[in-house]
Amino acid sequence: MTKTLSVNHKAALLSIIMLVVGLLIWEAAIPAQKAAEELTEYERLTGGGAPKAGVPPPSQVLAKAWEQLSNPFYDAGPNDKGIGIQIGYSIYRVLTGYFLAAMVAIPLGFLIGMSQVAYKAFNPFIQVLRPISPLAWMPLALFIIQDSEASAIFVIFICSIWPMLINTAFGVAGVRQDWVNVARTHELSPIKTAFTVILPAAAPTIITGMRISIGIAWLVIVAAEMLVGGTGIGYYVWNEWNNLDLTSVIFSILMIGVVGMLLDAAFGILQRAVAYAE
Amino acid sequence: MSKPFLSIERLTQKFPDGQGGELTVFEDATFGIEKGEFVCILGHSGCGKSTIMNILAGLAEPTSGVVKMDGFEVSGPSLDRGVVFQNYSLLPWLSTLKNVTFGVRARFPDWSKAKVEEHAREYLAMVGLEGDVVHRKPSQLSGGMRQRVSIARAFANHPKLLLLDEPFGALDALTRGTIQDELLKIWGGTEQTVFMITHDIDEAILLADRILLMTNGPLARVAESVEITIPRPRNRTEIVDHPNYYAIRNHLVQFLGQRSKELAGQPSGGADQRPTAVSIDKTEPPEKAPEDPAAPLRAVNE
Ligand SMILES: Nc1ncnc2c1ncn2[C@@H]1O[C@H](COP(=O)(O)OP(=O)(O)O)[C@@H](O)[C@H]1O
Ligand SMILES: [Mg+2]
Repeated sequence: MTKTLSVNHKAALLSIIMLVVGLLIWEAAIPAQKAAEELTEYERLTGGGAPKAGVPPPSQVLAKAWEQLSNPFYDAGPNDKGIGIQIGYSIYRVLTGYFLAAMVAIPLGFLIGMSQVAYKAFNPFIQVLRPISPLAWMPLALFIIQDSEASAIFVIFICSIWPMLINTAFGVAGVRQDWVNVARTHELSPIKTAFTVILPAAAPTIITGMRISIGIAWLVIVAAEMLVGGTGIGYYVWNEWNNLDLTSVIFSILMIGVVGMLLDAAFGILQRAVAYAE
Repeated sequence: MSKPFLSIERLTQKFPDGQGGELTVFEDATFGIEKGEFVCILGHSGCGKSTIMNILAGLAEPTSGVVKMDGFEVSGPSLDRGVVFQNYSLLPWLSTLKNVTFGVRARFPDWSKAKVEEHAREYLAMVGLEGDVVHRKPSQLSGGMRQRVSIARAFANHPKLLLLDEPFGALDALTRGTIQDELLKIWGGTEQTVFMITHDIDEAILLADRILLMTNGPLARVAESVEITIPRPRNRTEIVDHPNYYAIRNHLVQFLGQRSKELAGQPSGGADQRPTAVSIDKTEPPEKAPEDPAAPLRAVNE
């Protein structure tokens, strides 16, 4: 039987073995740390000796995950909300900033991709603005917008706009002239050409840009929420760190990874839907 | 003098040659095509056949000169001029059927969805594409099938003029034969005028009423217009037995092999460059053949 396992099955089996071995090593390493009985003065003062301060074993993280995920949406005041609510806030900010960015980037990318003049006119701005870390905008955004919520959304907007803009322009500019000629010989209007020929032809490239953008947006939201505070998964991580609840920190880190993976997978599905073979 | 259906008048095309100078592909080319005629143009690669066709399609602008169809000047592409591109140019994200309905919808915008689809299926069936095949994407079709879709898309739109750029260049001989027959069948049932580029002499003789011969470039000329004096319907296995077949074929081979080079590179000097009409007919008794300007050209076959 084992000899007939497919590549996928073998890989899955290997993944599980790695996970189990990793967790066992982690679990085994923790008591050794706790066994260091002689705590230095410094450790005692900084809480190094307190039970919560140590790195928790995976069993504890799993217990935490079970506890949190069985009631993800409880709300017991500003500093005690369920993980579901915190992730919900983060996703809401990411999607808002992201869709605002898409609404600017995709039409603008079309324009830049279709027109040499527009490309040359916009290019210097894009080249300068693109390498700026999105968090560098934060102080300016806070000052001008005067609202931490909107500032976080702005930061998402500004970081997700570039890959979408550049990929849309690139995809549109690269549409085969033959296909454009097909539209021309059928006397399609420019709008119809854009929607029935250029958009489907450039869609795989555009969606790739959108997929890169959503990944970046999810990376940035955690950092942005650590800065602006209040709600969201980034704030949650930071808050639990201040509480020295490392179990929650590790659990929320894992959740960030899982949500990021799901967002990426959603765009993966979209990408497959618009893909075509020449 | 009555104008032909399609009239090409003093067409000149120059391109920058990449070294600061100019490359004149052809100058003052002047010829006509009658309604319902099937015309093939033969010439060596690079002489400017595709350039002429793109101008006829309205996809490119000539440096000077005009093209008139039905008395109206061609400016820009039109649904009246259907194009079958050399590389098929199907939209790869659409199914076979959708590629054809795409064209039909553009041509008949007020038709119902069902009518558009029925019309598209009818033309796909004419080129032998029926059943599940119509739901496949172009990438899942063979080269021959793609070319059929492309032909169905063009014919379904009932263009007054059909332009084909080496449509069978990439096909194997067997597929080529079948599609040639299908093309003739569809053309025979319509009033359509066909202008087709090819570099296959036998294909041109089988299909055309008239073959235009182009000399090599630069400064290429449409030098001759050879009438194919073989009655229709023609059948690829039987036409070779017609007394005119080898005479015409030899003439064409001779032109492409030798005179296309000799006649190349002559500036027009500002005069219209019209092709010489050539008619080779061995079925008539030689003494009855009238002397015409083409006579010296005929001598090469005799
Ligand atoms: N857009 C262009 N710019 C410059 N030269 C061109 C362009 N298109 C065609 N040519 C030149 O014009 C000549 C004729 O090309 P083409 O019409 O494609 O030839 P054919 O179809 O007969 O093989 C060639 O020498 C080619 O290099
Ligand atoms: Mg060509």
